[in-house]
Amino acid sequence: MALKGNLRDFSITQLLNLINVAQKTGTLVIEGPSEEIWVCFRDGKLAFARDGQEDGSLASVLFREKKISAAQFRAIKERAGAMSDKELGLLLINANYISQQDILASLQNYFVGIVNRLFTWVEGLFRFENNMMPPDDKITVRISLENLIIDGSRRVREWEQLQDEIPSLDMALKFTDRPGTNLRNVNLSVEEWRVVSYINPKNSIRQIAKTTNKSELEIRRIVYGLLQAGLVELIRPAGMPVPVPQGRPALPQASKDEQKSLINRIIGRIRSI
Amino acid sequence: MQTVKMVVTGPFNSGKTEFIRSVSEIDVVSTERKISSDSERVKDQTTVAMDFGRITVDDNLVLYLFGTPGQRRFDFMWEILSEGMLGFIVMVDSTRPETFREARNILETFRAYAPTPYVVVANKQDCKDAWDLEDMRIALRLDGRVKFLPCVATDKESVKNALLELLYSILEEMEKGEG
Repeated sequence: MALKGNLRDFSITQLLNLINVAQKTGTLVIEGPSEEIWVCFRDGKLAFARDGQEDGSLASVLFREKKISAAQFRAIKERAGAMSDKELGLLLINANYISQQDILASLQNYFVGIVNRLFTWVEGLFRFENNMMPPDDKITVRISLENLIIDGSRRVREWEQLQDEIPSLDMALKFTDRPGTNLRNVNLSVEEWRVVSYINPKNSIRQIAKTTNKSELEIRRIVYGLLQAGLVELIRPAGMPVPVPQGRPALPQASKDEQKSLINRIIGRIRSI
Repeated sequence: MQTVKMVVTGPFNSGKTEFIRSVSEIDVVSTERKISSDSERVKDQTTVAMDFGRITVDDNLVLYLFGTPGQRRFDFMWEILSEGMLGFIVMVDSTRPETFREARNILETFRAYAPTPYVVVANKQDCKDAWDLEDMRIALRLDGRVKFLPCVATDKESVKNALLELLYSILEEMEKGEG
């Protein structure tokens, strides 16, 4: 019987621990709210990972990891689009474009990145398919899970703290109008500047994340830093409907004058206490 | 008889019960229980459901003050208590910076429940460890437009001032709505 359940009940940390201790071989398939992730293990070690929404081909991974240029990536896609990852890897090594170590390090980073993303998932159906491995033409790695689990546990704690600070990505950001605040005096990374360039009361944080290609964790980290530095503040996005209170209204249904009179009566009473 | 209500909220041990007790004409109907967790043993008892105070305005109008439980595990009560409120007061213990983040979260939660006016109150300003108001405003990331008032919850005048400021904000909102 395949191992299956929901991350709500059995966390990714517990799953990885189980796979590590039992030295399992197979593929963990996790269906999240908007994407599906496959993670393959051999003898309890991470071998391969794929995000259903991403192009996980070797060329794409090398481009993401900045091992090849955009022009080289396009050329590979045009001329060697039908080539398998292993064939492409050999071709690039033999042509002295890239070393074997670079290819393996890039793939390791990419696979670990996918697994790390899973640590922020609190919900998702999972199943473990025993002995199911990636196609033979894919390049696999061999990464111990212990460090991944420890690092992931730290991320869970960070994620929980960031969620406390920024409960909703549907909020927008605006620059604070505090006197003396000047963005030009602040040292921001390139990625932070990219986010800053989209800050506008019309853009939700979620939209900024999508445009700048950031995961929820990454965008929360950047926004948290900007909030802590007092450079921005959270606001409701322009055009977003203000929530209407449910249940009974605060004031009796009466004319504005009657409502004001009611408040003035309370003011008078409290002054006299 | 018309009744209206205001909600007093804030983190654990921020002084909500004392605040209501200072102005309520009835003994505050309090649902306090002995604290079971050592980490929260700053005081012996805490509110688990709500505090309830009353101010009779005149023959036809009564103002109720509801205090929310401060511990997160009772937050299911918050939304119930916020229903139909005129406005709300967020109390912050000026001597416990470790609760500022929680206060900020509570403020955001209540703002999401209802877009009613609110004021933030820095309680225990008479204590020697109390943070300065301006430092607290920055730590709490309060916009300059948010009313942030010093307070001593056991002092009736101080509590009256906080309630009046909230009522003035409610009036201002009404006038803005007319404009």
